[in-house]
Amino acid sequence: MSIRLPPYPTLLVFLCLAVATGLVTGPAGLGPGDIVEALSGGGDAQSRLILLHIRGPRVMAALLVGAALAVSGGLFQALLRNPLAEPYLLGVSSGAALGAVLAIVTGIAAAAGPALPLAALVGGLAAIAVVFRVARVAGRMDTRVLILAGVVTSAFLSACITLILTLGPEEALRTAYFWTLGSLSGVSWRMNAILAGYAVPAALLAFRLARDLNALSLGEEAAAALGTEVERTKRAAYVLGSLLAASTVAVAGIIGFVGLVVPHAVRILWGSDHRLVLPLSCLAGAGVVAFADALARGPWGVVEIPIGVVTALVGVPFFLILLRRGTAG
Amino acid sequence: MNLGLSGAWLRYPGATDWAMRDVSLEFTPGAHSAILGPNGAGKSTLLRALAGLLECDRGEAYIEGRESRDWPRRELARRMAFVSSTEEGAFPVRVREYVGLGRNPYLGSFSPPGDEDRAVVTSALERTDLQGLAERYVTNLSAGELQRARVARALAQEPAILLLDEPTAHLDIGHEYAVFDLLLQLVAELSLTIVSVTHNINMASRFASRVVLMRAGAVVADGEPETVLTPDHLGTAFDWPVHTVRPEGLGCVALPVGRRPAGQDADR
Repeated sequence: MSIRLPPYPTLLVFLCLAVATGLVTGPAGLGPGDIVEALSGGGDAQSRLILLHIRGPRVMAALLVGAALAVSGGLFQALLRNPLAEPYLLGVSSGAALGAVLAIVTGIAAAAGPALPLAALVGGLAAIAVVFRVARVAGRMDTRVLILAGVVTSAFLSACITLILTLGPEEALRTAYFWTLGSLSGVSWRMNAILAGYAVPAALLAFRLARDLNALSLGEEAAAALGTEVERTKRAAYVLGSLLAASTVAVAGIIGFVGLVVPHAVRILWGSDHRLVLPLSCLAGAGVVAFADALARGPWGVVEIPIGVVTALVGVPFFLILLRRGTAG
Repeated sequence: MNLGLSGAWLRYPGATDWAMRDVSLEFTPGAHSAILGPNGAGKSTLLRALAGLLECDRGEAYIEGRESRDWPRRELARRMAFVSSTEEGAFPVRVREYVGLGRNPYLGSFSPPGDEDRAVVTSALERTDLQGLAERYVTNLSAGELQRARVARALAQEPAILLLDEPTAHLDIGHEYAVFDLLLQLVAELSLTIVSVTHNINMASRFASRVVLMRAGAVVADGEPETVLTPDHLGTAFDWPVHTVRPEGLGCVALPVGRRPAGQDADR
């Protein structure tokens, strides 16, 4: 490729644009002027309320979810040594979805505010635990078994979801359907704090793995010969990647393509060194989801389209262009 | 006690036969030893046990007096490099980055490579004659260049011991010679202890100062190439009658004789 953008400045500009777009977008019709005024402590009470309690937490959640998903995707691609791996491949999303669906159908979700994300988190973690247990034989984790165990568990859980929704009430079907397509509406600062308290340490620990993930991309034997404790690295990558993905699913439902496309795009633009890929994915993912969320709620009046639809509709063509340019040059 | 095995037995999980049976060897420091033998003789198993990549069921493999499996990988990687011809990268990287992975055992979790690391990588590239290809993608290298890049990566580890599993698989005779010649230089100039597994009897006879001949997990013969590479030993090891020729200054050439051993049908 002929142009080589400096990674960090480029992504920081991208991130700022995404945050600004996220803050000025919404049905309340607040312009950039109102936003600046509200941010500097002025403006009317309603603008401040909208900015501080609706758009602010929502943009923040988009950033956190995007960052966590992209880092998770980068981890899974390195762990499975496959650029097509993504955070939802190994059952996290199906487990979380089953947890959410159970909460919706049983009415627990409607009864208490944080019940839905909590149920989703528990479901996701349970799926991770099952897959991890199956793939670990005699202290070793075979990544081929991991993929198979993950995909099969995922299929089983999806069947359970379908069964429950078929037999359950119709209203639950609609709620569950929209939940699985992902949405950031109604997130609170408190939810953000929980997500951050969980995702930020996990991401930092993931960055620590970068050097060993570089070695692991050559295969387990070569990595061991280069000084990597292979089993420990694989285990850490799997657990951290899964935890990051599970936390995002609990807060925002399922948002596809970010975890697959963002690390891949970063690799095409700035190379395959995970010491760069993971932090850059973190920034790029945050920006992408913030933009996608703005696009999901901006131009459609009172109607919001699911954010997963936006990430797929915009992300995929963009990615295909990048892929062609990347392989051509 | 520098590098070797003592009473080492190894069996793969689920297998009934021993892949390595009662092997005791002490490799010569600062010399190139070649391991020869038929497919399935246990050559690669022996090499991986030495590298601490496989665990012996009985006996042990050791490096600098310590059991290979007991070494923390990071410390071991500063003393010993292992080059396999089968590995394949999952993501596209440039040659300089690829060779730079050899610095991994010296880098902290967050610290980027420093000037010294870059200097070591550059010197490894020069030694393997890859300076001109440093910015190329590894996937675009020829088989011979890729093999040199693997050796360069191993050199970037600044090891005292270099283990190579079929370093010249898929290479033509010229490139094969070049790789063995490079190994000879490394022994001469850096006094590396090299153990290579190879199928090329001629190269082993010319470039190794010691040859270990294996069959069915055990050592059949061990010593200088002239004494080990005889029709008798080779015939036993490969279970096939072998004729050897020694052209002046060109080492030993082993030629299979066109008849199957007694009790089997004649070759067509």
